[in-house]
Amino acid sequence: MLEMLQTVWSGIPEILQIVLKIVVIVVPIMLSVAYLTLAERKVIGYIQVRIGPNRVGPLGLLQPIADGLKLVLKEIIIPTNSNRFLFLLGPIVALAPVLAAWAVIPFDDTLVLANVDAGLLYILAMTSLGVYGIIIAGWASNSKYAFLGALRSAAQVVSYEIAMGFALVGVLIAAGSLNLREIVLAQQGSVIHWFWLPLLPLFLVYFISGVAETNRAPFDVAEGESEIVAGFHVEYSGIAFALFFLAEYAAMILVSVLTSVMFLGGWLSPFEGIPILADAFTWVPGIVWLLGKTAVFLFMFLWFRATFPRYRYDQIMRLGWKIFIPITIVWLLVVGAAVLAEIGPWFD
Amino acid sequence: MNAITNYFRSLLLWELFIGLKLTGKYFFAKKITVQYPEEKTPQSFRFRGLHALRRYANGEERCIACKLCEAVCPALAITIDSAPRDDGTRRTTRYDIDLFKCIYCGFCEEACPVDAIVETRIFEYHFESREGTVMTKDKLLAMGDRYEKQIAADRAHDAAYR
Repeated sequence: MLEMLQTVWSGIPEILQIVLKIVVIVVPIMLSVAYLTLAERKVIGYIQVRIGPNRVGPLGLLQPIADGLKLVLKEIIIPTNSNRFLFLLGPIVALAPVLAAWAVIPFDDTLVLANVDAGLLYILAMTSLGVYGIIIAGWASNSKYAFLGALRSAAQVVSYEIAMGFALVGVLIAAGSLNLREIVLAQQGSVIHWFWLPLLPLFLVYFISGVAETNRAPFDVAEGESEIVAGFHVEYSGIAFALFFLAEYAAMILVSVLTSVMFLGGWLSPFEGIPILADAFTWVPGIVWLLGKTAVFLFMFLWFRATFPRYRYDQIMRLGWKIFIPITIVWLLVVGAAVLAEIGPWFD
Repeated sequence: MNAITNYFRSLLLWELFIGLKLTGKYFFAKKITVQYPEEKTPQSFRFRGLHALRRYANGEERCIACKLCEAVCPALAITIDSAPRDDGTRRTTRYDIDLFKCIYCGFCEEACPVDAIVETRIFEYHFESREGTVMTKDKLLAMGDRYEKQIAADRAHDAAYR
């Protein structure tokens, strides 16, 4: 059976093989995005002592499909004075890099679309590209609120990109590789071998910067519905608006996966190194652990949104430039010294 | 010293963690949502909903066209015309309540000397035409006939407090 599948697989032209692999990655991402919106409404509802959507289908499970259908059927309104080409390009530019970044994510020891050596750099490049979608959309809309949103978003992402980059440099020093698979393998051993412990400040800075980078609450000044209506996507409707939503949620999932891969040992089992439990859980495929860790971070995203009020703009800038960047630089020195001194159990 | 502790507090996100703890606790709290069409909140016997005109037990309508309700109505929702009936008693020939104007204050019910106009517990209703927004005398009397049992019980309950 397996051999037959393999012969069929190798019979397909290579281009088609790659397309199929992409479909296998993108379709589950899109489904997770859809259900993340439901999870968000449910979690926030629960925290506000409500029960959230439960009318469409059992437990409201068809709600995201109803929402998606509604957005698809709605009219796309293009403002007369907008730049039509850029207006339509904006949502695409916002979504594409977020999906492209998934190419280098190792779901398992062998399960990765492109095992690129400079994976970390690629990730950094892709996550920074996402902001261009927002800037293009804000500018092309030719609306003052959209423009303000785009400006805020640009300033914010540029500020947090630096802290994020430094945090990644810390991972790079600790793992000695830019390849995401090798970064995970460098964390092998047990839960305390994972990089969250030696890189604790970088771990926190990376995740918080990730929240800021995806324009999520409490860093959602780019939308700021109470101040600038909805920021960069005021003028969007229908499926074009939905693309921004998809991009935002896909970026949330991406940041969560990346945090798990770089700081929480990716697909590695949390029971590794514990005598009896490690053997008891060897049958669990690595991707399950990765998805579990990702889910924890996604829950944090929703929890933050339900808890914190929006940061003021100057506070965001202060946090990024005057707190995160000094912390990361200091900790880079600490990590460098620890690697040089070969301090165990991480760097020996 | 205080400045230093404050500095470390904000650096370690102390207050943010306290906030997360609080919302985390409510995540597991019992949900208070009332799922409306299936579940309903309890109603007071003084609930002021859709109007009705009552009759005496012998079938005679209570309203004597004194027009006190029309006079007291703050929204000017009530319109009454009256004429003597064949037996010489004064009766309304027209008793309209414009439900778009009505603010459901209950003053008409308070003003009525014969407990003719009352407000029932019914609050789930809709209109499908312009004409439907006006409660005519026929409609009001029909309401009264239909819900007399509930109306009488609510008045009896309230009597102890008057």
